[in-house]
Amino acid sequence: MEYLALQLFNGLVNGSFYALLSLGLAVIFGVLRVVNFAHGALYMLGAFAAYLLLQDFGVGFWLALILAPIGIGIAGMVLERLLIRRLYGLDPLYNFLLTFGLTLMIQDGVRLRYGLQGQPYPAPAELAGSVSAGLVAYPTYRLFVIAFSLVVCVAVWYVIERTRLGMIVRAATERPELTRALGINVDRWITPVFGFGVALAALGGVLAAPMRNVSPLMGSELIIFAFAVVVIGGMGSIAGAVVAGFLVGVLASLAAVFNPALENVVAFALMAIVLLVRPAGLFGSLEARS
Amino acid sequence: MRRGLVLLPYAVGIAVALALPRVMYPVLALDILLWGLFAMSVDLLLGYVGLLSFGHAAFWGLGAYAAAIAAKSADIPFALAAILGAGASALLAVPFGYLATRRRGIYFAMVTLAFAQLVFYVANEWRDLTGGENGLHGVPRTFPGLSLGRSADFYYAALPLITLGYFLAYRIVHSPFGHVLVAIRDNEPRAQALGYATWRYKVLAFVLSGGLAGLAGGLFALGNGFASLDLLHWTTSGQAVLITILGGIGTLWGSLLGAVIVLELRDALTSAPEASGVVTGAVFVVIVLAFRRGLWATGRDALRRFAAPPVSARIDISGGEVRHGRS
Repeated sequence: MEYLALQLFNGLVNGSFYALLSLGLAVIFGVLRVVNFAHGALYMLGAFAAYLLLQDFGVGFWLALILAPIGIGIAGMVLERLLIRRLYGLDPLYNFLLTFGLTLMIQDGVRLRYGLQGQPYPAPAELAGSVSAGLVAYPTYRLFVIAFSLVVCVAVWYVIERTRLGMIVRAATERPELTRALGINVDRWITPVFGFGVALAALGGVLAAPMRNVSPLMGSELIIFAFAVVVIGGMGSIAGAVVAGFLVGVLASLAAVFNPALENVVAFALMAIVLLVRPAGLFGSLEARS
Repeated sequence: MRRGLVLLPYAVGIAVALALPRVMYPVLALDILLWGLFAMSVDLLLGYVGLLSFGHAAFWGLGAYAAAIAAKSADIPFALAAILGAGASALLAVPFGYLATRRRGIYFAMVTLAFAQLVFYVANEWRDLTGGENGLHGVPRTFPGLSLGRSADFYYAALPLITLGYFLAYRIVHSPFGHVLVAIRDNEPRAQALGYATWRYKVLAFVLSGGLAGLAGGLFALGNGFASLDLLHWTTSGQAVLITILGGIGTLWGSLLGAVIVLELRDALTSAPEASGVVTGAVFVVIVLAFRRGLWATGRDALRRFAAPPVSARIDISGGEVRHGRS
């Protein structure tokens, strides 16, 4: 029973990362129609940015939590302006391939400089130790990760669903031509939205740094899970990305209670079931963008 | 006379294939032909059905593991082991194809990618069978009446089977079945309106493609004497897609040209595997941005311009249906 509760929390922690990454993918896909393969590599860069801020400038976790996403987000905006922008008129597959190439370059570029060895990153002193959470004592930092990413997800959902800015973004997602005709400059939002999605990935990276070693390949498997989550939730759906993210995290961890080998398989099995029963995804509409 | 000219490219191709192990390491020559076949299987879907599979490592890797396990445990002739590998991959392609063809375009790429990762994790966990992270080593290759110890010997022994793979891919594309595939690529609703059960064609194309990738993977494991998790990793799928696009989408033979360049490049960078990733990634970026036509179409046009007025022939992933803006 205690093990079950422990795994439930572990699942929520994993789900936090799935949700943050899928959320960024969904926001970017919604506005740009780009599936950003480099999302996992940018998540890794976020963790490395936090690590380097600490090593070279003595900047701690809390400041890194703000600075690293801003820095990587700006780097993402540069990428969008220089490369991704050039392929908008073509099939979205070309940008998928472009960002795949970028992934290889970023991952192995970092590996060339820092090696494969994971670098440790200390958790902030304020969140050391563990607290009693119902049946079990659970590390404080991990509880913080769950709470923090939930807050971020709800905030992003609120901005997109309930504010004027979000209204423009949603309008640009669903009917770009009509939105333009109504006098709204859709193109102005493209670069910032890409930067924002990338910043979410980097934020995930900073959050992961104290829990998982900072290493060049830390995002290389996560991105595939994020893809599965996005297919399960329904591409481009903000709520779908978040709900499916936590769902996959929790189900995978609970499945591991029965057999540890199942943990990595659950996401893909779930994806297969969704494709069979509801190909558009839990929250997706097939007709909108198939 | 005319007939002789038509056969000329094939004669040249066979001559080059026979001479290849004499101008480079036989192992490298074999790898080039096998990666070429692997990339062709990707092109069969991408160029002729308009479906980008980003999960073909699953079929290449499963073919490799199945052939390696069969050769190690039953000591059967290598050709039989390779065909077993192809069969296993084709079998796996049935459920994957059935599910993945429910989505198109970018979703198809993501779904195939995810399924291939599933196979990767299963192989990683099933240590008794696959050796887990260590992989399988010392895979024997035998054939009654032949000694296949040297790499060059195996190259020539495997050549007929590889050629058969190429021939199958060529026949699939140039059959009535292949024409229906192209019709689906260009306009699926129209193909449906003409009475074709398009999903059946797509699944069958996926299975055939998976089988060819499995054949290539099986021979790869037998030729190199090992099967490892690398073969199942998504970077391997990406590698095959890179070769296909570099060679030229929808050209089939372009994949062979692409394989020569990518494998020579990788061979030159073996001493620094990390740099190899950076270079491969950079090649990918440059090709997608500036060289989407590929080597085959570029070379063919150069030849034609030399002989006749320019002909513009382009094949796009989207199959003629270019989407504008972010609509």
